[in-house]
Amino acid sequence: MTARAHPGHAALVAALAVLVLALFAGSAAIGYSTLDISAALADLIAGRASLPALVLSELRLPRAILGATVGFSLGITGAALQGLMRNPLADPGVVGVSGAAALGAVVAFYFGLSASFALALPLGGLIGAGIATAFLLMLARRGVATATLILAGVALNSLTGALTALALNLAPSPYAALEVVFWLMGSLSDRSLVHVALALPFMIVGWGLVLATGPALDALTLGEDTATSLGFSLSRTRLLVVGGAAAAVGASVAVAGAIGFVGLVVPHLMRPLAGNRPGRLLLLSGLAGAALTLGADIAVRLIPTRPELKLGVVTAIIGAPFFLAMLRRLKVEGE
Amino acid sequence: MILDVLQVSVARGKARVVRDLSVQAQPGELLGLIGPNGAGKTSLLRALCGLEPLASGRVTYGGRTLAEIGRRAGGRTLAYLAQGGRIHWPARVDQVVALGRLPHGAAQVDAAVFRAMAAADVMHLRDRAAGALSGGERARVLLARALAVEAPVLLADEPVAALDPYHQLQAMELLRDLARAGTNVVMVLHDLTLAARFCDRLALMTDGTLLAAGPPAEVLTPERVAKAYGVTVETGVREGERFVLPWRRCDATPPVPQELPRS
Repeated sequence: MTARAHPGHAALVAALAVLVLALFAGSAAIGYSTLDISAALADLIAGRASLPALVLSELRLPRAILGATVGFSLGITGAALQGLMRNPLADPGVVGVSGAAALGAVVAFYFGLSASFALALPLGGLIGAGIATAFLLMLARRGVATATLILAGVALNSLTGALTALALNLAPSPYAALEVVFWLMGSLSDRSLVHVALALPFMIVGWGLVLATGPALDALTLGEDTATSLGFSLSRTRLLVVGGAAAAVGASVAVAGAIGFVGLVVPHLMRPLAGNRPGRLLLLSGLAGAALTLGADIAVRLIPTRPELKLGVVTAIIGAPFFLAMLRRLKVEGE
Repeated sequence: MILDVLQVSVARGKARVVRDLSVQAQPGELLGLIGPNGAGKTSLLRALCGLEPLASGRVTYGGRTLAEIGRRAGGRTLAYLAQGGRIHWPARVDQVVALGRLPHGAAQVDAAVFRAMAAADVMHLRDRAAGALSGGERARVLLARALAVEAPVLLADEPVAALDPYHQLQAMELLRDLARAGTNVVMVLHDLTLAARFCDRLALMTDGTLLAAGPPAEVLTPERVAKAYGVTVETGVREGERFVLPWRRCDATPPVPQELPRS
């Protein structure tokens, strides 16, 4: 079999960036009320607090920004974790931070904090993610093997999942339980620029840490020993990938709930286009994750159901059959 | 660049798998590391690359330890070819070989990559996906990857184990030529004839220590081979070169002599 020649990396990145921008504009333009987007934009830039300008800045823009950044976070961290573990089954969930972020938010919800203080949910999520990240980084600094680190993440995910289930079990009313379940499905509706401000710094730091590992992830194609002999530090690479994934995914889950599937599937779809090079895959996977999440969030609003479809549901419903159809062609290499 | 191994010990758990071993490898020399399974050859080679911590002793490259050379410069100083290495993603062969250029900056398919692919006889595979290679082809691609580093020291762990006889001879010639051109090559191997014919010097290890070191004719005596491996050998000379053929386990009961059919 001859590997297909892959198009230029820069051209691919540019094409995906254009796609993300188009979907971003689409996401900002689409909503439940019609909005004259050019008038809104003009008002917004001129600083006029007109209704269209408010709809754009308070509703549409935060949603579009979070769609792009949450999707980018899931895509890039999924690619980095698969590269670090050299395992196509890894996804952002395996580091355990998403479960911890969800638990943090559920705890905030459960104790009624979110009723009195709207930002209690994302803050609870960030605190949960922070605790889990600290635990993982402590392990990584002690120099444990990658597999041990990931198993610790899986165990963390199970524990936080069980505690979340406990909270649901003991929920004071079925309505409270239902609200928690809905939140866990992941959504970008009714988020504000405050949510963006809370999550974005962590995400940007996370992206930076993960992108710095590109050459090391390339070298890991040949295994940990050979990568070390090529001058790369394994412990540093683990620290950067796990720390970066924890920051970006923790912040994502804290503001958007758990959006499954993007982090697992997008790296697989992009890997052939990256010439199977884990370092090149990072940016491509991030951009494709942003495009998929923005697209799914547009679909959420175009499909008129009551209550609104949850984003995590839609990404899985769109993504899973697509992934199944692609599987035959992807030739996933596994052990 | 002289590789100096001075009284090195390597521990695995409580056991010392390499004990107080000293050996020197000179540039321009192909040094063969031989010995039975579990003798500590791979542990020693990994310790030379800094992949195993030294329980005691010192390893220097041109007078400096790896810690003094530094991690990034160390990647250019020595190339390591792991035993039975794997390629985890099905990247194109030339891209895999180009990973050897990472210590020099980026994994670019440059002239060094082409030189390495030509030397390891994988040029015709360069557009193939790594996942579509046979075991022997993969071994040669990984050898090319190690060559692409163009380091003054090459440490290779059983580089010819997966190869067919043609490519075994080709790889041994390549490694010997590389040594002749000034590279310091240390390789682990099991084939005693290849060791005798191609290596300039042999270091015979048993049980974590050095049983003998020197020119192949001095090291591979029937007595030493019997002591180290527990096998008898047939030796001979063909075209002026010595071959060493393992024949029977020393502890095996000798077979009943059979009458040859007379024609």
